[in-house]
Amino acid sequence: MSADNIRAGYNFAYLDEQTKRMIRRALLKAVAIPGYQVPFGGREMPMPYGWGTGGMQVTAAIIGADDCLKVIDQGADDTTNAVSIRAFFRDLTGVATTERTEEASLIQTRHRIPEKALKEDQILVYQVPIPEPLRFIEPSEVETRKMHELEDYGVMHIKLYEDIAQFGHIATSYAYPVRVNGRYVMDPSPIPKFDNPKMHQSPALQLFGAGREKRIYAIPPYTDVRSLDFEDHPFEVQRWEASCAICGSRDSFLDEVIMDDKGGHEFICSDTDYCRTRMAEQGEIA
Amino acid sequence: MTAKPLLQVRDVTKLYAAGKGCANVSFDLYPGEVLGIVGESGSGKSTLLSCLSARLAPDQGSIHYVNAEGEQLDLYGLSESRQRLLQRTEWGIVHQHARDGLRMGVSGGANIGERLMATGERHYGDLRATAERWMADVELDIDRIDDKPTTYSGGMQQRLQIARNLVTHPRLVFMDEPAGGLDVSVQARLLDLLRRLVTELGLAVVIVTHDLAVARLLAQRLIVMRRGQVVETGLTDQVLDDPQHAYTQLLVSSVLTP
Amino acid sequence: MQTMIEVQGLTKVFTLHNQGGIQLPVFSGIDFSARQHECTVLFGESGSGKSTLLRSLYANYLPTSGTIRVRHRGEMVNLTGAPSQTLLEIRRETIGYVSQFLRVIPRVSTLDVVSQPLLERGVEQAEAYRRAGELLNRLHIPERLWSLAPGTFSGGEQQRVNIARGFIVDYPVLLLDEPTASLDQRNAATVVELIRQARDRGTAIVGIFHDAEVRDAVADQVFKIKPEQAVEVEREAS
Repeated sequence: MSADNIRAGYNFAYLDEQTKRMIRRALLKAVAIPGYQVPFGGREMPMPYGWGTGGMQVTAAIIGADDCLKVIDQGADDTTNAVSIRAFFRDLTGVATTERTEEASLIQTRHRIPEKALKEDQILVYQVPIPEPLRFIEPSEVETRKMHELEDYGVMHIKLYEDIAQFGHIATSYAYPVRVNGRYVMDPSPIPKFDNPKMHQSPALQLFGAGREKRIYAIPPYTDVRSLDFEDHPFEVQRWEASCAICGSRDSFLDEVIMDDKGGHEFICSDTDYCRTRMAEQGEIA
Repeated sequence: MTAKPLLQVRDVTKLYAAGKGCANVSFDLYPGEVLGIVGESGSGKSTLLSCLSARLAPDQGSIHYVNAEGEQLDLYGLSESRQRLLQRTEWGIVHQHARDGLRMGVSGGANIGERLMATGERHYGDLRATAERWMADVELDIDRIDDKPTTYSGGMQQRLQIARNLVTHPRLVFMDEPAGGLDVSVQARLLDLLRRLVTELGLAVVIVTHDLAVARLLAQRLIVMRRGQVVETGLTDQVLDDPQHAYTQLLVSSVLTP
Repeated sequence: MQTMIEVQGLTKVFTLHNQGGIQLPVFSGIDFSARQHECTVLFGESGSGKSTLLRSLYANYLPTSGTIRVRHRGEMVNLTGAPSQTLLEIRRETIGYVSQFLRVIPRVSTLDVVSQPLLERGVEQAEAYRRAGELLNRLHIPERLWSLAPGTFSGGEQQRVNIARGFIVDYPVLLLDEPTASLDQRNAATVVELIRQARDRGTAIVGIFHDAEVRDAVADQVFKIKPEQAVEVEREAS
């Protein structure tokens, strides 16, 4: 750990070592019990709740001097939140940063999983606003913990039932609940359900941090992650008629972009690195 | 006697203070039998019902239940998860206030389907069909299936609660003043519905009520409670027509008959 | 002829706890029995306790002392002290009771009211309805009323529904509390016929009949009750 290139007066990665050890213990427990929400003594971070304080504490607890960090927000490396968090860790750790998914050893994300398949030596850290998947139907924390304990998960399907009754199909498209390792029902944070299949049997370690609610949970590599569904309404991911206006991709998650005041719009890849990489490849071919 | 008792209650005691709660209650409940527990407010009826339905551990005494497989289970020797499993499969619990027994934030159909989903039903079409059948069975308009119970009248909420409980074909249903707080005409309809379902489905029922007319209509047998103690038991018509205990006589003579 | 009911030393005293514990003795030390193929008429002046005795035989009233034994499933069972389950079983299988008034349940059709005892014994609904219909016809309840709840019927019609309900099952013992009280002659005659037929099938009948004509027509033995004491039994040829 070289102290030369970090901002003076701060510990490496902002948090003190005691706090990091406490968070690492919570992380170990979370990895040992996939999908189980482990309470931890969340600290104040120099930014408001809702901006990723949970993910940042997890990142701060595990980042090392030779890590290469990537930060994305809604798939993009260049949005304010992503740029700020990346700058924060560069200032306070001096680690290398990247926008390229395959170069990163540690990726902190808000609301997306990169399109490029992750590898065994990568860790994905999610920022989580509401960790409790049962919260929508059960306001009591005591009761939801009991429900997890007893695998009392019938209510989870109520939400999906209500979707079908109301819209004719399962309309839930973000934060789509999953069952991890055949045991705990888990909220995958507000990623689009398009990304849900990427969690299943992923070679990478996936860690989730909720700052306001002070919970940590995890999916170890190669773990079963199943999206809840009905036999006659199986889980499906979003599909688009359009392709990316920049790279022409038909397989990635697309954002709709308004182009002018006349209702003109285009679809482009939400994962900026994926889109750029495809363009570069096409350039080489051309 | 051919059948074995479904529920064996022995010396069940749960006291919050002297005379508050229930003390030394014993009885057997047989399959298909409707047992009424009567007494005025504060007599310990509801405390007893909570003990019987594995929601409140008694201080003393035992409660044994014979499940569908014929195993005799010590209720409070069971893990909490097995207690809950019983509560949502072989048992039903109908609360006095529908909002204690319903999920007010989700539709009527989802309320009926919840127990089925909790026990592994994963076919939307089947859930829907079952919910519609039960709506009809409890005389609810099927067009209201996707409406939330908050938009239902009190009587409709209570009927929804009953459907939600009966959907798993329970063998034993606990009811706490199921018709309390409803208008008289609505009450009559509900009671008639309960009477019909109890007969058709061969349910065993423990029903707590302070209303002797309700007890007479639904229960074959009565337990009269006062200040936590059982003061009289017997066939419903015998207890009401020829009450022996001073308190029962007072209860019976206090009823206004139009 | 087998004895179906055996009453020994039956005493009934009502204690009114809320009125200073007043004791109201009704009768004491009653001994009597009822046999198969016989109609026993309980006789006595108003207030002598005929209804109280009849209700005691149905376990509706609890005797103060004495025993009531009933032949149930081939054995004499003591009603006093029998568990509720046994009493309910006896009511389902052995003893039928026609009260003076029909206890009307809102929204339950006449056909269902009458066929219920059969349904409780596991008879198919179609067969139960057929037999209920037969009885209702004999008692002159027009078919257009069968699907209605008897709550709105006249007193006489309600009583006939009540009688049909009591006679639909061939109970080994049948208790009748003034079954003809509010009936016209034509229907009273039907009831007499039903009673005789039941008796000929072997039913032991115990009844209270206000109407002397009906009483004379059905009585095989008359049991006279005087308040607070039992008196002699007269036998009559019928």
